[in-house]
Amino acid sequence: MTKTELNSNSSNSSTEPGFNFAYLDEQTKRSIRRAILKAVAIPGHQIPFSSREMPMSYGWGTGGIQVTASVIGKEDTLKVIDQGADDTTNAVNIRRFFKKVCGVNTTEKTSEATLIQTRHRIPETPLKEGQTIVYQVPMPEPLFVIEPSRTEAAKMHALEEYGSMYVKLYEDITNYGYIATAYDYPVIVNDRYLMKPSPIPRFDNPKMNNNPALQLFGAGREKRIYAVPPYTKVKSLDFEDYPFSVENWDNKACEFCGSTDSYLDEVVIDNEGTRMWICSDTDYCNGQLIVNSLNCMS
Amino acid sequence: MKPLLNINRLSKTYGKLKACNNINFNLYPGQVLGIVGESGSGKSTLLNCIGSNLEIDTGEIIYTNSKNEILNIKQLPEPQHRKLTKTEWGFVQQNPRDGLRMNVTAGANIAERLLNVGVRHYGNIREEAKYWLEQVEIDTNRMDDFPHTFSGGMQQRLQLARVLVTKPRLIFMDEPTGGLDVSVQARLLDLLRSLVRNLHLSVILVTHDIGVVRLLAHRLLVMKNGQMVESGLTDRVLDDPQHPYTQQLVSSVLINN
Repeated sequence: MTKTELNSNSSNSSTEPGFNFAYLDEQTKRSIRRAILKAVAIPGHQIPFSSREMPMSYGWGTGGIQVTASVIGKEDTLKVIDQGADDTTNAVNIRRFFKKVCGVNTTEKTSEATLIQTRHRIPETPLKEGQTIVYQVPMPEPLFVIEPSRTEAAKMHALEEYGSMYVKLYEDITNYGYIATAYDYPVIVNDRYLMKPSPIPRFDNPKMNNNPALQLFGAGREKRIYAVPPYTKVKSLDFEDYPFSVENWDNKACEFCGSTDSYLDEVVIDNEGTRMWICSDTDYCNGQLIVNSLNCMS
Repeated sequence: MKPLLNINRLSKTYGKLKACNNINFNLYPGQVLGIVGESGSGKSTLLNCIGSNLEIDTGEIIYTNSKNEILNIKQLPEPQHRKLTKTEWGFVQQNPRDGLRMNVTAGANIAERLLNVGVRHYGNIREEAKYWLEQVEIDTNRMDDFPHTFSGGMQQRLQLARVLVTKPRLIFMDEPTGGLDVSVQARLLDLLRSLVRNLHLSVILVTHDIGVVRLLAHRLLVMKNGQMVESGLTDRVLDDPQHPYTQQLVSSVLINN
């Protein structure tokens, strides 16, 4: 990277001087992009990459942030969510970080974003073509629970031996009468690779199927990247007599916007244990509020 | 009758140590073959070489599968090999902890073999698991209990049920009665004998217990220092041992009795 290029990258007045565009150096970004290209070529397959130290601790999204840094461009509009919310610590800080080192536009609106980094949710507003969503992944290997050896797990992936993965579902039905796995519910991508969708609620699993957006997954500590290209089949594991189903809230509605079809968070609001149910996706909730008020006026 | 399994000049070394030296034998359908010998004689190595946990140095293992195809195990591609060990073959470990998943229920242990061959109907899997628990005389009420709550004999029988659920043709057993007290041993042997006969199983059985082979095995193979020193019908070998080592082995048991 020559000095002149560095200067041109940092030309935007809002960016912090002394950093390369998007924090990582160009060679690193290039190597991560190579891993991403491989990942896109083999949907659901984990690609190792040389994960870097980031100015935050492991477990706070170092994988996601490296993927975002590698694919972000000056024209991008970035949205960052944490458990669906745009205004939580993690989301605010990652958004501010990229504003500082890239000078890109940021937004809280799903529809306006070209690049979305997420922790543990997929936005309620359907994603569209041209958008990219980056997931922060703590543990990329779905077979880890049944096969502690990485070598053996790699062999099982290669030979498509995924039967043992169903043991977990079997145990769920035996103990609870239904498949109780609530998050990080394993999926088969493109009828081939078993994949962990990161700890999103299983409510979000169907959204991954045939999604028009590009979905990228980064695990910083585990040094793995994987991807689901647009319009790819993503099927959640299930049994013939116990089909996959998503959570429901017994007709509860969000107490802010009244939505009954979004993922609801249970919030304890006082010392007596009173609780309320609200949308986990803040942008969607605000949008519904506006729609409601427009309906009232008309 | 064509042999189910044909072992041809099998050798396996650990460095300079010849654990198995030039072993030859045939195993026919429905036959129970006992391998006896003192500890360190290479009998477990031989079993692991054939049962495919260990790679062999020289020699051939020829297996005729259920479709009557003749397979050279050493040259068989890994996917088919692994499939074979999960369907037509079964391995009963000496220590049930090696053959079972201790952190999932007994039912799930049996279910796993079915899930591995692509069965995806929970109800059917439960029924099947229940049936095999009954076959190995485990109370079906214990189906949703963890194996570590089972006694040693029950764990061993659970291991057997887990293997039998895919209707294997060939079973490898490494000291199946090791660590069990005498009355439990007798029951397990009784069960094994009836299962072998009813399901027409072929078994290779490794043990150092002459009593076990006398009860179960049709043919006997005596090993010492990695060599096969004597083989033949069980009764013949035990009643008229030819090799000095076999004579010693048999007489030592008689003295104990």
